[in-house]
Amino acid sequence: MQIYLPIAEVSVNIFLLLGLGGLVGILSGMFGVGGGFLMTPLLFFIGIPPAVAVATEANQIVASSFSGVLAHLRRKTVDLKMGAVLLIGGLIGAALGVQVFKMLREIGQVDLLISLSYVVFLGVIGGLMFLESLRAIRRAKRPGPKPKIKRHTWIHGLPFKMRFRTSNLYISVIPPLVVGALVGVLAAIMGVGGGFIMVPAMIYVLGMPTKVVVGTSLFQIIFVTGFTTLMHATQNHTVDAMLALLLLLGGVVGAQIGARIGVRMKAEQLRILLALMVLAVCGKLAADLIFMPSELYSIGESGH
Amino acid sequence: MIRALILCLILALPVSAQETIVTDLSRDQVSITADFQGSEIFIFGAVKRDAPVLEGAGPLDVIIEVSGPPAELTVRRKDKRFGIWVNADSVTVDRAPSFYTIAATSPMGDILSDRERQSRNLGLDFAVQGEAEDFRAAVIRIKQAEGNYATEETPVNLTEDTLFTTEVALPANLIEGDYTATIYLVRNQQIISASSQVIEVRKAGLEKWLYDMAQDQALWYGLMSLAVALLAGWGASELFRLLRR
Repeated sequence: MQIYLPIAEVSVNIFLLLGLGGLVGILSGMFGVGGGFLMTPLLFFIGIPPAVAVATEANQIVASSFSGVLAHLRRKTVDLKMGAVLLIGGLIGAALGVQVFKMLREIGQVDLLISLSYVVFLGVIGGLMFLESLRAIRRAKRPGPKPKIKRHTWIHGLPFKMRFRTSNLYISVIPPLVVGALVGVLAAIMGVGGGFIMVPAMIYVLGMPTKVVVGTSLFQIIFVTGFTTLMHATQNHTVDAMLALLLLLGGVVGAQIGARIGVRMKAEQLRILLALMVLAVCGKLAADLIFMPSELYSIGESGH
Repeated sequence: MIRALILCLILALPVSAQETIVTDLSRDQVSITADFQGSEIFIFGAVKRDAPVLEGAGPLDVIIEVSGPPAELTVRRKDKRFGIWVNADSVTVDRAPSFYTIAATSPMGDILSDRERQSRNLGLDFAVQGEAEDFRAAVIRIKQAEGNYATEETPVNLTEDTLFTTEVALPANLIEGDYTATIYLVRNQQIISASSQVIEVRKAGLEKWLYDMAQDQALWYGLMSLAVALLAGWGASELFRLLRR
């Protein structure tokens, strides 16, 4: 059954959208990521205009992260104070990102920007994750003393210190602001929540305890992607409510199924699978940039 | 039934000196609703003439053009820069219809001179206009791949040199606007008569409501999208909490 999307102005199979939503939902439930970094490129592949895909995906992430954060709030694994600081940075970053997006859209380079951001970030994160999980698997086979995480770094020398009770931290507000802003820019440009960057940054840069990381990241993502949705809706008119709804329905169901599959697998195996998936998406996008495309020409927004 | 009606119509009309066209469409409004899957438009009509055709006059042919609203397009070409393919050159193609198809009784190139086609912008070669030939050709190629430009002509049935019918398929990814169906009568490589009809293609129902809201009340539209997302997120969380018990 085909459905005509009012903003994207294309006709797409309704079951394809529900299926995509479900598939990405399963993966996001398994790995605890938003899944935006997979969904947005998939939407490009099925012919949704990139500008619409990015804006609509931001809206969908609001739903999936809200669903997730409710569970974390009940378990009290959200550092609201840290979330608020990350959020301030995030909103600044998102506002900046939407402006950059608008500017590049006018000069026809937005596709390049999106593709390049994806290739760089997916490549780096996927590569690091892959190496890290390989090391973890090898460590598990050869038992020995666990390497100590250095708790005191240059981060702790910065001014404007603040106490974060839930995270049990006393650090400067500058690093969280910067991390938040970076993720905000990415959310606006790439149509992702940024969890796949935020989570490692919170653990390794800010030194937050792992149990509060996912909930706090989700908490911040809701507001940043919500803000991004509003900015895209008012400035670019590119949020497709119909597309978002269909992806959502598949996504929330898939996420719950994925969470159950995830419980039965080992953490290292999960992480290495996720890393391979991230690298595969990165490889596909990189190939599109490197190899000569079959159609060199493209029709842009109608000129005025 | 339709043919009988047209015949009655022709007989009732006052006589004129030339061959002229009486035509109608099966529908002159197309609504794009959520479940829109494309549309077929049946175009039919008759040739009205008061005197018998002169001896030695060439055979009569009918050409029907259906064209979407024309627009100026920005076309970009990728080029290899720093080892990757990026949009480099950008050229404006002055006029390209959003949709284009030709139906004819015989291949159009055989029955109509290029000069006539050019003066009427008839056929893809003339309907898409732009300075840079390779960019113009690219627009035709891309639109054909999307299914918005027909790759071949649709046949027109012409009975007794009088009644003609054809069926034009509009694709599912149609855009809004006023489409025109123009019928040309052709003899001796020349157009002897033409007649146009407008087909209004509009979004309808939920599609129209969402589109208008996204354009005119962008802030409320954004807030509504957020509300739907939050509601769905909350709903899913509650539902699965109940199921887990």
